[in-house]
Amino acid sequence: MTGTKQHHQGVWILGEQASGRVQRITYELLRRGRELADKRGTDLTVLLLGHEIHQADLEETIERGADRVLAMEAPELEHFLVEPYAACTLKVIEEYRPEIFLAGATSTGRTLMPYVAVRANAGLTADCTVLDIERETGNLLQTRPAIGGNILATIKTAVRRPQMATVRPRSTRPADRQPRPRRGEIVRLVAPKECLASRIRRVGFLPNESERGIQDADIVVVAGRGIKKGENVPVVEALARELAGALGATRDVVDRGWLSYPHQVGLSGKTITPKLYVGVGASGSIQHLAGMQTSETIVAINSDPDAHIFNVADFGIVGDLFEVVPALVEKIRKTRES
Amino acid sequence: MRIIVPIKQVPETSSVKMDETTGTMIREGVEAIVNPLDLYAIETALRLRERHGGEVIVISMGPPAAMTAVREAVAMGCDSGVLLSDKAFAGSDTWATSYTLSAGIRKLGEFDLIICGERATDGDTGQVGPGIAGFLGLPVATYVGKIDEADASKVRVRRLVENGHEILEVHLPAVLTVVKEIGEARLPTLRGKRRARSIDIAVWGPEDLDVDADNLGLQGSPTRVVKIFRPKVARDCTKMSAKDETTLDAAVDGLVAFLRQKQLI
Repeated sequence: MTGTKQHHQGVWILGEQASGRVQRITYELLRRGRELADKRGTDLTVLLLGHEIHQADLEETIERGADRVLAMEAPELEHFLVEPYAACTLKVIEEYRPEIFLAGATSTGRTLMPYVAVRANAGLTADCTVLDIERETGNLLQTRPAIGGNILATIKTAVRRPQMATVRPRSTRPADRQPRPRRGEIVRLVAPKECLASRIRRVGFLPNESERGIQDADIVVVAGRGIKKGENVPVVEALARELAGALGATRDVVDRGWLSYPHQVGLSGKTITPKLYVGVGASGSIQHLAGMQTSETIVAINSDPDAHIFNVADFGIVGDLFEVVPALVEKIRKTRES
Repeated sequence: MRIIVPIKQVPETSSVKMDETTGTMIREGVEAIVNPLDLYAIETALRLRERHGGEVIVISMGPPAAMTAVREAVAMGCDSGVLLSDKAFAGSDTWATSYTLSAGIRKLGEFDLIICGERATDGDTGQVGPGIAGFLGLPVATYVGKIDEADASKVRVRRLVENGHEILEVHLPAVLTVVKEIGEARLPTLRGKRRARSIDIAVWGPEDLDVDADNLGLQGSPTRVVKIFRPKVARDCTKMSAKDETTLDAAVDGLVAFLRQKQLI
C-alpha cells in the first residue's frame, strides 16, 4: 500500500469522541480542513471512530463545514486503543485514498498518527500551528514550532500520499455553524471485525483531581517558585477559579511536590496554547517558555522586574504576588458584579 | 526481562542560540547531551531490571559523536549499547528514523519491552516511539506515568491523557513511551562511568542491517523541511509596578482593563 501521488484526493480529518459525543478538537480540525479543501477545490470528510456516536453531533459536523462524515462504530472503539484505531484508519486510507489526512495533536492523535503513517508509507508532521496549500504544486505546507518554540519550520511531503499532520489543539477556533443549512452525507459503518483485535486492554480510568486539565482550558493560571511553599498554592488557585481557568505549575513547583505532574507546563511537562496564560511567580526559564509561549495572551506577575517571563508577556505586574493576586481576584469579582 | 531503550543525542536546550540574521540555530559550541526525556526511559528500564532481572540495551542513531550518549546510558547502568551511524542515515525524518531504529532493534533479537522517552527536546515530535511500534507491529502505550505491575507476559500501566490517567494492560512484547512522572532519573555512578569508558559499543551501518537503501536518510524521508524562520515576536509588554497601595491599585486596575479589552473577563 505504498502511498504514491496518483488517485489520492480529498481532505480528511480524524475527529474525536468521548462517550459518543463529538469533541471540540473535531471542530477545530473542521476549520482547518474546510480552508484546505476550499483552496484545493475538493471535499472535506470527517472520520469518527467510536461506539454509538450521537446522531445530532454527526449532523453538527456537517453544519460546521464537513461534506461527509464517516462514523465507524464498534464497542471495541469506545475508547482509544492504538491497534483497532490504527487498523480502521488504515482501512479507510486504503479504500478512500485521501490526499490530506489531519488529526489533533492530542494524546490520541500523537499516538495513532505515527503508527498509521509508518504503515501507510506516508509523511507525517507533528503539532502544526499553520497549514496552507502551496499554489504552484498543490502540496500541503505544514508549519510547526521546534526547539521549544524558538524556531518555526515549514515542512512538505512532496511525493507520498496521504500528506499527514497533527494539529496543535487550540491553535485555531472551532468552525462556526454555517448560517444556511448545509447538505452533507452521514455514513455509519460497522467496523470490520478483523480490525478490532487489541493486545492492550483498558481496565480503568483515574480522572484528574481538578475538573479541567491544562490542555483543555481557555485560561491557565500557572504557579511558579515565587509562591515559596506548597501551603500557598490556594493563593494562585483562587485566581484560577475566579477566571474559570485551570491551574498549572512550573517544573520547580512540581518537583517540590506542591502540585502534581499533570499540572506541569514546559519542556518536561505539557505544551499549552490557551487564550490566556497568567504566570504567578514564574520566572520564565527557557524550559518553561517552551511550553507556553504560543499562548494567545500572556500575563505575568513577578517581583523581579528582570524576570524572563516579561520578555514574552503582553501585560506584566512587577510586585509581591501575595499582595497583587488577592487584590486582582477582588477586583475581577467586583468588575463582574458591577 | 530484556528491555531496549532507544535514545537520542540532542543539543542542550538552554544553550541553544539563534543566528539573528539567518534565523537558524547555531550548533557550534553547543553542548550535546542525552535527550533529558530519554533519561526517564532509561530509569524505568533499570528499575524493571532491578525488580525482574534481565538486561537493558540502549540503542541510538546519530553521528559518531552520539557514541558519548550511548556511553552515558551505560554509565547510568545499562548493560550494553549499540550505535547506528552512517552517512546514509543522515537527514532522516521521523519515518526514516523509526524505520532504521526498528531494523537495529530486530537485529538485537528477542525482547520484552522497548521503552522510549516521550519525545526529543530538539525535534519535539514524539513520533519515533509509536513509529517503531508501527514498523515492528507491536502494541504501544504512550505517556506512561507509572507501571503498576509487570510479569513475563504483560505490564499494567497508567497512561497520562488530557483528563486523567488510563489504566492499561499491555501484552508483551510492547513499546512504552514514558513521561517524567515515572520517577527521577539516577545519575551515573563512578563504577558505571569506568565501565562505560572501557565497554565495546558496536557501530552498525546499513550493511549490518536488513534495510532497503531507498528507505534511509534524507532520500528515504517522506517529509522535507523547506523553510526555517523565527517566530515574529509581536509582544510588547505593558509593565506596571506595584510598590505601594496606590501603584498596586493602578496596576491591578490596568490589568483588569486589559483583560476586559481582550474580552477575557
